[in-house]
Amino acid sequence: MTQVVAVTGNEAVANALRQINPDVCGIYPITPQTDMMQRFASYVSDGKVDTEAILVESEHSSMSACIGAAAAGGRVVTATSSQGLALMWEMLHIASGDRLPIIMPVVNRALSAPLNIHGDHSDAMGARDTGWIQLWSENGQEAYDNTIQAFRIGEHMDIRLPVMICLDGFIISHSIERIEYLEDAEVQNFVGPYKNFLPLLDLDKPKSYGPLILPDLYHEYKKAQHEVMAKVTDVVLDVAKDFEKMSGRSYGLFETYKLDDADIAIVILNSAAGTTKDVIDEFRAKGVKAGLLKPRLFRPFPYRKIADALQHTKAVCVMDRADSFGGYGPLFMEIVSALYHAKDKPLLMNKIYGLGGRDYLPEHAETVFSELIELANGSPLKNVKEYLGARE
Amino acid sequence: MKQKGWKDLAPGSVILEGGNAVNFKTGSWRAFRPVWIEENCIQCLFCWIYCPDMAVKVKDSKRNEFDYDFCKGCGICALECPGKKGKKAIEMIEEGK
Repeated sequence: MTQVVAVTGNEAVANALRQINPDVCGIYPITPQTDMMQRFASYVSDGKVDTEAILVESEHSSMSACIGAAAAGGRVVTATSSQGLALMWEMLHIASGDRLPIIMPVVNRALSAPLNIHGDHSDAMGARDTGWIQLWSENGQEAYDNTIQAFRIGEHMDIRLPVMICLDGFIISHSIERIEYLEDAEVQNFVGPYKNFLPLLDLDKPKSYGPLILPDLYHEYKKAQHEVMAKVTDVVLDVAKDFEKMSGRSYGLFETYKLDDADIAIVILNSAAGTTKDVIDEFRAKGVKAGLLKPRLFRPFPYRKIADALQHTKAVCVMDRADSFGGYGPLFMEIVSALYHAKDKPLLMNKIYGLGGRDYLPEHAETVFSELIELANGSPLKNVKEYLGARE
Repeated sequence: MKQKGWKDLAPGSVILEGGNAVNFKTGSWRAFRPVWIEENCIQCLFCWIYCPDMAVKVKDSKRNEFDYDFCKGCGICALECPGKKGKKAIEMIEEGK
C-alpha cells in the first residue's frame, strides 16, 4: 500500500536508496546533498541496510571507490553536488568507459567562483559529455521515482552504464512536499537482485579493468560506447512502463504540458517547470495557446522525439539554468540541434535564468511568454541569448 | 591479421583473458639497456626484487639474463645493484650503441 508522506527531496531519495539496499555507498558531504548521504549513513549505522559505507576524503576518492566496488561486482551508489561533481570529473569518464552502472543522485548547485551553494544546473551540465545517463527531476516525487528506475536502466544487461539523477538544490532537496512512497518489497521486487557482469571478484575467470588502449583500438571502443547509448531510450521507456504498472505514475523521455496545440512554448528542466505550468494556465485562460516541454532524459538526448513534439509551434524559448560562456545555453544547443532537421521549425530564443539559486518567479515566465507572442507575430529577435531578469 | 571491429570488443574494455600482458612486448620502449656483468654479481637478487616488470629472470635461485622483451630500461636495477668491490654488476648502455 502506498504511503503518503511529507518529506524533503533529499529525504525521499535517501529513502529510495534505503529501500534498494545497495552493496556499497561512497560518502562525502557537500551542500546541498550532505543531508541525503547523512540520512543514508544513519540507515547504515542503524542496521536498516546491509550497505558498506565508505567514508572518503574527497569526491574524487568517492567515485574511485565506487568504480572499484562496481568493477568488483557490487551494486553501488553515491551522491554529490557542484564542486564535488566537478572534482569527480575524470573518474566519471572511467565509470562510463568501464561500463559500470553506478547510481548517483546529483543535487544541482552552482559552481564557484564566486562561491555559491544554491541551485542551478552548471554542475550536471558540465558532466554532460562524461558518458553518464542523465535523468532530470521536477520535484521530490520525480527524484524518488527516477532513483528507483535508474537502477533498472543502468543495470540493464544491454546497457551497463552509470546514471545521474538530477534534482534542484534547496528548491527540491530541502523543500518538504507530499510524496508517495512505494513499499519496500515493491521497490525490491521492481529493482530485482543485482546481476553481475564481468566481476573482478571471480577467481575462476580472472580479468582486468582499465587497460591501455592505443590508436589501433580506442576509436572502436568509443564507437561501441556510442552504440550502447543509442539503446538507452528504449530501455528508459520499458522501465517507465513497468514503473507505471506498479506506481500508477507515468514517465516518458520528456513531459509535455498543453503542448499539442500550442503556438508558443517554453522548454525548461527541473523545478522551474512547475512554475511555468501555472503561468501557462494563466495565458491559456486569456486565450493564448502556450505550452511546455520538460526534458527528463538529457543523456542520451531524444532529438527526434523532441523535434516531433515542438515542430508545430511558432516560437519557443529554451530556458537554461546554466551557461556555456561564449556559447548558447546547453539545453538551447540541444533543442536547436533537434529542430534543425525538422521540416517545420519554430523561431527559437534562449534565456539564461535563475543562476546561483536566483528565484524563478511567475513574472519571469510571463515576461518570456509575452516576448514569445511578439516573436510569433513577426517581431524581430534582438538577441538569441539573453540573461533573464539580470539587473542593469 | 584482420583487425578487430567495434562489435568484437569486450564491453568496458575489460580484459577477459588472464595473464595476457605477456603478449604486449614493452621492451621496445627502452632507451637504455641494462647489461649484466656476471663476474661482478654477488647473487643478492636485489635487481629481481626491485625490477617493476619481472624482467630479471631467475633460474634455480640464481640470477639469470634480462628479459629484454619486457625491460623498459628504467635503470632501477643498476641503481640498486651493490656489485662486488665497488664494481657494479649492472650497467646501463644507450640503445643503438
